[in-house]
Amino acid sequence: MNFDWGYALETLPGLLSGLVITLQATVLGMLVALTLGLLLAVLRHAGGRWIGGAARHFIEFVRSTPLLIQLYFLFYVLPGLGVTLSPLVTGVLALGVHYAAYCAEVYRAGINSVPRGQWEAAASLGYPAGARWRRIILPQAIPPVIPALGNYLIAMFKDTPLLSAITVMEVLQVAKIAGAESFRYLEPLTLVGVMFLVLSLTASRLVRRLEARYGRQARPA
Amino acid sequence: MPRPAHCVPQRWTNKPVSGLIELLPTLLEGLRLTLQITVVAAALGLACAVVAGLAREFAPRPLNWLAATYVEVFRGTSALVQLFWFFFALPLMGINLGAFLTAVLVLGLNTGAYGAEVVRGAIGAVPRGQWEAAASLGYGRAGTLRRVIFPQAALAMVPPTGNLLIELLKNTALVSMITLSDLTFRAQMLRAETLRTVEIFLLVLLLYYLAARLITHGMGRLERHLARGRDHGGSLS
Amino acid sequence: MTSALEFTGVEKRYGELAVLDGFELSVPRGEKLAIIGPSGSGKSTVLRIAMALEGIQRGRVELLGETLWDGAKRPPEKTLRRLRLHAGMVFQHFNLFPHMSALENVCCAPVDVLGVPRAQAQARGRELLEQVGLADKADSAPEQLSGGQKQRVAIARALAMEPAVMLFDEVTSALDPEMVGEVLNVLRDLAARSDMTMLLVTHEMQFAGEIADRIVFMDGGRVVEQGPPEQLLSQPSEPRTQAFLRSVLQPGRQAPAQD
Ligand SMILES: Nc1ncnc2c1ncn2[C@@H]1O[C@H](COP(=O)(O)OP(=O)(O)O)[C@@H](O)[C@H]1O
Ligand SMILES: [Mg+2]
Repeated sequence: MNFDWGYALETLPGLLSGLVITLQATVLGMLVALTLGLLLAVLRHAGGRWIGGAARHFIEFVRSTPLLIQLYFLFYVLPGLGVTLSPLVTGVLALGVHYAAYCAEVYRAGINSVPRGQWEAAASLGYPAGARWRRIILPQAIPPVIPALGNYLIAMFKDTPLLSAITVMEVLQVAKIAGAESFRYLEPLTLVGVMFLVLSLTASRLVRRLEARYGRQARPA
Repeated sequence: MPRPAHCVPQRWTNKPVSGLIELLPTLLEGLRLTLQITVVAAALGLACAVVAGLAREFAPRPLNWLAATYVEVFRGTSALVQLFWFFFALPLMGINLGAFLTAVLVLGLNTGAYGAEVVRGAIGAVPRGQWEAAASLGYGRAGTLRRVIFPQAALAMVPPTGNLLIELLKNTALVSMITLSDLTFRAQMLRAETLRTVEIFLLVLLLYYLAARLITHGMGRLERHLARGRDHGGSLS
Repeated sequence: MTSALEFTGVEKRYGELAVLDGFELSVPRGEKLAIIGPSGSGKSTVLRIAMALEGIQRGRVELLGETLWDGAKRPPEKTLRRLRLHAGMVFQHFNLFPHMSALENVCCAPVDVLGVPRAQAQARGRELLEQVGLADKADSAPEQLSGGQKQRVAIARALAMEPAVMLFDEVTSALDPEMVGEVLNVLRDLAARSDMTMLLVTHEMQFAGEIADRIVFMDGGRVVEQGPPEQLLSQPSEPRTQAFLRSVLQPGRQAPAQD
């Protein structure tokens, strides 16, 4: 069987609208991951024995279990708790929580690389804990890890096809349905592969640019 | 996504499941397949990683280029897309591997692509002085690689390889979407039958978690084993 | 009037290691006190306890008549924060905030912590930068400044909070020799014109002699000897003080190993 360009072209509009959903899920998921990840990292650092320990275990647990199961879990369990969310929102939540665990580890590396003297200088100037984080520590901890966060953004993008398992009409789901209808999977699935390849290679290049910019910015002053 | 009915083993379909304990045999059966796929794909992945990593570092143009393409394609597309492509599209071109082979092939190639970068990074991190020292002793390139460079790089490869294996283990859950009755698939089955969603998924999460801890533990031991009596060959860089 | 700082029977340990052991020190308000002693004798620890960066295991520390540390008990975070406002510290390694300009370094804490309006804090910040001779460096990033300039910004930053007690921890030790003078001049000037209480840990004996009202010699976590500069520097009575002074005043001779 040969690649049928005519058929490929026919499926393209549907795939592109699926791609829009994919990108939406990626962006929203990353917003959740970046904020929740930061919260987890700060809790892990400052939460003391109990809260900090809980954050650490949560991060490790989420990182060592499959996203697909977490996705099913939210999809089937939340309604039972009276929380009804659309599949897309559920998917965004699952992606967000999963990658929050990864982002938390990235932030942690950034936080740990802020020299002790910075904490002490802030304390000696009377900064209360909250302002110490906001004004002194995080502005130094985050810029150097932006490229690493960018890499997880790309990884999350490549995981969005999993949302097809909970009926989200993202690009892979669209391709599969098109394939099932026509018994021609080759064209739509190949197109989806090419879309992912092009987008993630472009994004990787962007991250490399960020690396050049933020790479070795952190220097003790 | 609808699951093909023929994948449901007979003996579970009409038996009501009551206690947590009764869920366990079904799930453990699924875990066995999950672990089988993990092990076979890991072996394939390691082989691909070494070959592609070395090819990217040392092979002449066409081979090097081939390795680079393999790595970029498998890192740049999504694992699930790869799985679907091999499972749904490839048979239409006359290549029908079956679900299990497809699963281990795709997951192995995927892991190998990430692993190639690990191999490359670890070899690149061995200081130049080591190459020069080996050359001065009369080692050729292959000999240097095998006797001097690789043993040093191996230690640096262990932690990222551990992470890759955990990613692989997690990725095996995707095979449930190409009709294989792995742990995730069995969980879905049991859920549909018993509707005891919370218990089942918590149990399944726990099983995956324990399997991941096993990998972490094993890699930790391997690292300690490799690190024994090792210093840095007088290269403090 | 109560004293500025009061250490009574202070014991400070890191695990097994007793860094301060029955440490006693009373600093009247307005005094310029120099603390000298071999490395590892606990000088920094004294300052860090006064700055509420470290707690203690036993004894008592009072800052401006208020209890800062009472045994191993840790006061509530609110109390610590309030007391920290009475003290300011300049560190050996500057600890400037690298993501802020020189001027922002000086005016950030008044704005963030005291709620001073930004414009007012900036005006005061410029005055302070001028006072330390860096009016033209207000917009420079820390990494563009030399070590001596960084340390002068750090001094201005601490002064901006108008603390009653200033703690200087070997503020010239990390500097190249040609930059030591500019920082010492700022300190000299400050000591002469301000009524702040100043504690200076230093290895610059001549400088200590010039500006200090009193010098304390520490060794092994205790005050071994103290007195007016002329007496302590020229006629120390304790053998350990004599040995230490010999070793720092005659380069090439090692200080005796501490026990
Ligand atoms: N955070 C710490 N943990 C363990 N030991 C420490 C710590 N800080 C200081 N010390 C030890 O306490 C002793 C006194 O330190 P310090 O007060 O810095 O001495 P000085 O400033 O006089 O050189 C030293 O032996 C030092 O190693
Ligand atoms: Mg010191």
